[in-house]
Amino acid sequence: MNRMQQSIENAQAIATSDALAVEHTLAGERDAFRVLVERHSQNVFRLAYRMTGNQQDAEEIVQEAFLRAYQKLGQFEARANFGTWVYRIAANYAIDRMRQKQKEDARREPPRAGSADGVEDDPMNRVADDAPTPERLTQSLELRKQMEQALAALSHAERTAFVMRHWEGCGIEEIAAVLKSNSGAAKNTVFRAVQKLRLALQPIVGTRTQAQAMGTES
Amino acid sequence: MNHMTEEQLIAYREGIAEQRAAISDHLAACEECRAELERIEAVLAALDTLPMPDPGADYGRRVWQQIAPRLPEKRGRWWQMWLAPRRLAAAGAVVALIIAAFVAGRMSRRDHGVDNSASREQVRERVLIVAVGEHLGHSERMLVELSNAGPSDPAQKQVNISAEQRRAEDLLEENRMYRQTALQEGDAGLASVLDDLERVLLDVAHSPSEVTPKQLEAIRRKIEARGILFKVRVVGKELQQRQEASQPAPAQNDSKKKERNKV
Repeated sequence: MNRMQQSIENAQAIATSDALAVEHTLAGERDAFRVLVERHSQNVFRLAYRMTGNQQDAEEIVQEAFLRAYQKLGQFEARANFGTWVYRIAANYAIDRMRQKQKEDARREPPRAGSADGVEDDPMNRVADDAPTPERLTQSLELRKQMEQALAALSHAERTAFVMRHWEGCGIEEIAAVLKSNSGAAKNTVFRAVQKLRLALQPIVGTRTQAQAMGTES
Repeated sequence: MNHMTEEQLIAYREGIAEQRAAISDHLAACEECRAELERIEAVLAALDTLPMPDPGADYGRRVWQQIAPRLPEKRGRWWQMWLAPRRLAAAGAVVALIIAAFVAGRMSRRDHGVDNSASREQVRERVLIVAVGEHLGHSERMLVELSNAGPSDPAQKQVNISAEQRRAEDLLEENRMYRQTALQEGDAGLASVLDDLERVLLDVAHSPSEVTPKQLEAIRRKIEARGILFKVRVVGKELQQRQEASQPAPAQNDSKKKERNKV
């Protein structure tokens, strides 16, 4: 095998194998890490956005997750899956960040009366109420707002567990690792999340579904 | 008949139920539980309609550009790094560079009889300027040839670019070394141009050795879109001027470096 073939195969192997890219990064080849960043950024973004509901926060989480992964790469086990690992780093960082943000928000603005469930105080609520939109758009915006609020009302652990299981299809063991709990507790957290979402959304979703079935929705 | 609990139905819907088969059997026979499951599904289906912003196809690349300057160099396992076959040739180039800098440093010391670190620094930079200038010249020629490549016969369906590919492969390793050196020297402008060049070299090196005219056109468009030939020419010319202005004053050097950082 000549040098060129070997080089091409080597580059191709890095491009297709996470494990090899990790190995080359650990060997001091910083650019090998680029392959990992470019390959997994979209997935990590999706997770971060679902967890925070905010694009800017999600983008910052993605960057921080890869920076942390690079710094901790020496601790990464060769047999593990890099995608899952960086995912876990991102989820943990997202939880820390949401907690921190919640504390900061609480310091800045004392809770108003009647805002225990956080529904009435959402600025989106006020904007949408005043907006003269067609009925259907209003309904759709209203449902979206309700869903975002229901998700925001979950605890950090519940939202993480729900996002990881329902949208990202992560295994219970993986969720348990992020939540630093056991698989039974992780399952229970998924259950609690769905139960809370159902409680908050079923009245509005049920009405819409019924209206759609009867053909009365505009 | 004992109905399923909400917890069992949610676990079933989310694929984490332990007795999945038993729940399936029950659902097949129990209309009430099926209706309850449908209500759970309706809520989850509504949640699935929440929009997800698309960060764009080049998102990964943008993330890399944002984090790359913040990544510390890893010392790595040096033996592993240099034993990689494609590193050996580049290592040879670097060794040649170090020897050239050493020899030039000795000569400069003999001429002036004074060993000061500033002159060693200048010599080192001059050697780097010459080496990078040559590298950019070689890269430019390869890219121009690739841009002008085409089937010798219009009926020909494939264009052989294996020669350009081989050269891109060789240039790629040198480029990485020079880019890292430029970063270490704080020459962000040169490092940025070398980074752009590296992407193009990577594209060429990873292309099939025989491409269709359409694929070749796509490669050309990529080269044009990045404006890499222009950048390479500008920086190459500047390096040439610096080389010609031989004994440059340190202040002059710095201002040139700052100027290029704006490219």
